[in-house]
Parts: sequence; structure tokens; C-alpha cells
Amino acid sequence: MAGVRAEGRASIKERTLRVDRWWLQPAITVFVLVSFIIYATFRAFENGYYFVESSHLVSPFYSPCLSASCEPGAQLFGVVAPQSILGFGLSPALLILIFPLGFRLTCYYYRKSYYRSFWMSPPACAVAEPHKKYTGETRAPLILQNGHRWFFLAGLVFNVILTYDALISFKHEDGSFGMSVGTIVLLTNATLLWLYSLSCHTCRHIMGGRLRHFSKHPVRYKGWTIVSKLNHYHPVFAWISLFGVALTDVYVRFVATGAISNYYFF
Amino acid sequence: MGRQVKLRIWRGNKENGDFQNVNVEANEGEVVLDVIHRVQATQMPDLAVRWNCKAGKCGSCSMEINGKPRLACMTRMNTFEEDETITVTPLRAFPVIRDLVTDVSFNYKKALEIPAYSPPANLGPGEARMEQIDVERSQEFRKCIECFLCQDTCHVIRDHEENKKSFAGPRFFIRIAELDMHPLDTLRNRKRTAQEEHGLGMCNITKCCTEVCPEHIRITDNAIIPMKERVVDQKYDPIRWLGSKISKREGIS
Repeated sequence: MAGVRAEGRASIKERTLRVDRWWLQPAITVFVLVSFIIYATFRAFENGYYFVESSHLVSPFYSPCLSASCEPGAQLFGVVAPQSILGFGLSPALLILIFPLGFRLTCYYYRKSYYRSFWMSPPACAVAEPHKKYTGETRAPLILQNGHRWFFLAGLVFNVILTYDALISFKHEDGSFGMSVGTIVLLTNATLLWLYSLSCHTCRHIMGGRLRHFSKHPVRYKGWTIVSKLNHYHPVFAWISLFGVALTDVYVRFVATGAISNYYFF
Repeated sequence: MGRQVKLRIWRGNKENGDFQNVNVEANEGEVVLDVIHRVQATQMPDLAVRWNCKAGKCGSCSMEINGKPRLACMTRMNTFEEDETITVTPLRAFPVIRDLVTDVSFNYKKALEIPAYSPPANLGPGEARMEQIDVERSQEFRKCIECFLCQDTCHVIRDHEENKKSFAGPRFFIRIAELDMHPLDTLRNRKRTAQEEHGLGMCNITKCCTEVCPEHIRITDNAIIPMKERVVDQKYDPIRWLGSKISKREGIS
């Protein structure tokens, strides 16, 4: 048998001799990510309660809203898709979610998390994995992980759009300047997404990681240094920005359904 | 004032072996290696254990303590509970020679497969000049003490013996990264060989190598992922590839 029981290795029958709670972290990861997937799927197909015209609030799951079925006030960037396809209503979220989803799926940090927790490859360090064969990211479909930079660039476009959404929420219904709880929620969400994107390993590479002579590129070196500091907290930004997106959507939905009102500070 | 601790030590060779329980005294300030030496001195005179500096700098006393790859000389006894049985085994990714000693020659074979630093042809000995900011990134990798804990914990070879042929392991990815980031190295095919010959693509960045490194080298973040991104530049990014053809910058090879 291969692995830790391979011929010639110390004959120990246990898969692992770890005595700590190594299973806890993967278990929490599964719980959080499955919860998010269930909620995001429900919201993507719900096709409603994503826009509050009076407060200029739009859910991040539905921005940019590019389908003909979008509420008129939410169509800030035009219409590129019909209201329905083959008689089935087309939720605007389904048009765009592939980009943020792809960015997180191919993210180096999330890869670590879901390879460990979902695929158990390995479930934890020095805990034998259950698979008989392993080829890593050398074959399809996992070789597509190498496309992370394209999703990173798409993610930047989304960050700009969500920042714009936050900025236009500095308005009352009549168009006069104002700031509500929703404004802070959208602004916080956009900030967290920027931090997540800018701390990304691909961003670090593009900024200067690919250079061999930092001394010849002082500006890029400075940028690389800043991104490297942010990169240290990339896992933190990955999680809190995920919660940020979900909680922002929850807030917009609550306001859109009338469950709560969007309080204005001024 | 010492206390009695319970140890469960794996003893055997490549044919067979099993755990043996011992009670031994541990004194304040001691590490696991001290206690193993006391076992050797008082109860198991033929216990095989590899060690040298007792200061976490030689990388000799690598073993698995309570299932975690650790340096025995850097694992303090006061980190364990009073009544805890401490399990000590040899590294489980490599063939065992005897007791706690393993055959790590796999790593030396892999080291030989990586071409050495290749200086510019026009530079004589002592003529190389580099700025500090150009070399400091790879200086982190020079801290490696070759304890091979990262190799031991890497599931690519730990759980799949058959991958040893085609996978160099994290210790050698930091060596390749160090050379590829070196401002004066002239060998231009390190990215391609990292992917195609040394198995960089098999790494799924689960960061266990970083977790166990006693020198706290950020192996995954600072060496493996940057190398993966450099490979993407050459193999999986058509825009970069086209740019390299037009501007005659660093090419595919």
C-alpha cells in the first residue's frame, strides 16, 4: 500500500498520530462555505428584492444588473441579456456570478481551504488523505487554476462597479446628498473586496513579483512591498469579504422587502 | 524538580517495528530530545536517534511528535499536559533505517537534479555586484536548514510514494525560486523545468510545508506561489507570451 504505509517506511497502522483537533478547521470551513453556497444559490435564483430605488441600494449579487428583467433604476450599465431564455426567467445574478465565483474558486487561499476541507487532499497536515492517486494541478480541470489572473482582473472591474454603487448611495430619494446605514454597508463591502483583491498573490506578482531586479523598478518595488504586507492578511480578507458580500445582500434584501427601513444619518 | 513523563516510542526497522512505552524523568527547561537521550542513557541503550547541534540549526533531529513533524530539540516538554503520553515516531514519508532514524537520501538525489547557480560568463570570481533589495527576497530561502520536515509533511509524496519520481518537494521549490529570482543567474529555463521536471504543478498549495518549517520560511507564499505565477507567465498567459515575443523579453525557454 502506498503512502504512509508504503514498503520500507515505519510500520504504523494509524493514518495519523495527531492528538489535537485537526478536524475542526476543515469542518468549520465546510460549514461556512456550504452555508454561503446555499444562500448565494437561493438569492441568485430568487430574482427579486435586490434593489431599493428610494435609497439607491443594490445587492452585490446583482450588480452590475445587465438583464432586461432588471428593475429600471438598477440598469446602470445597459442591458446585454434578454428577460428570459427558452421561456425561463433569467436572473440577472446568473449573468455575473461566474466572475466573483471564479475569482474565489481559483484564489490560492481558497484552494488551500477547499482542497483540505472538501477534497481532503490532505484534510490536515500529516493526516493521510483517502485518495489512491494524486496528480495535483497538472491536468484538467485543475490545470484551469492557472487562469486565476483573468478572474483577478475581472474582479477589479467588479470592485469599481461596487464602489460606484456605494458612491451613488450617498443620496436621498430626491437626489440630495445624504448618508444612510445602507451607504455604510455598501461602502464597507466595497472596501473589503478591494482589500481582498489587492492582497491577492496574483496582484503581488503583477505588481513586482515577476521582476528580478527590484533596484531598476523602484515604483513597482514599493508597490510590491505594500501588496506583500497586505498579502500577509489575505486569508483574513478572504473570509471577511465573503461575509461582507452575504451580509450586504441580507441588508439590501431586508430593506427591499420592507422588513426594516434604511436609516439616514443626515 | 523533575517530573515523570510517559513516552511511546516507535522502535524497529524497515521490516517491522512497534511502539514501546517508557516512563522517564523530565526536568524544567528540557526538550523532547533531552528526554529521548535520557531514555537512551537509562533504559534503551540501543535506541537509534539522529541529532547534532541541539539548537535547531542542523536539521538532524527531525521526527514526528504526537503525529506532527517537528525538531525534537525545539519541542519543549512543558508544551505537553502532565499526564499526556507523548508519541514519538520517525519521519513517515521516508524509509526507516532503525528506530527514529530515516533514510533521507531521496532529498539529496533531488538536490542533484537542480542545476546550480549559473553566473554571467563575463564575471570573474569576486566581480559579482548586486544591490541588497535585489537579493533580500531570496535570502529568506537561504535560512533553510534542510531538516526536510517540509518534505515529510508534503502529502504529494507522503501519501503517494509513486510521486517521488516526478516531484522535487517544497525544499527544492524554494531552491529553484531562489535561483530564478537571483539577479545574476543566467539559466533561463528554471520556470519550465520547475513545472515539467520537478513537479511544481503537483503542489496544491495546502501550506503544510509552511506550517512545519522551523525557520518560519514562508515557503508557499514567497516561493511556491511566486514560481507558479512565473510559470503562468510563460505557459498559460497568451498576452504575456505575445509580449515576450514582441519585446524580446524573457521567453518561453
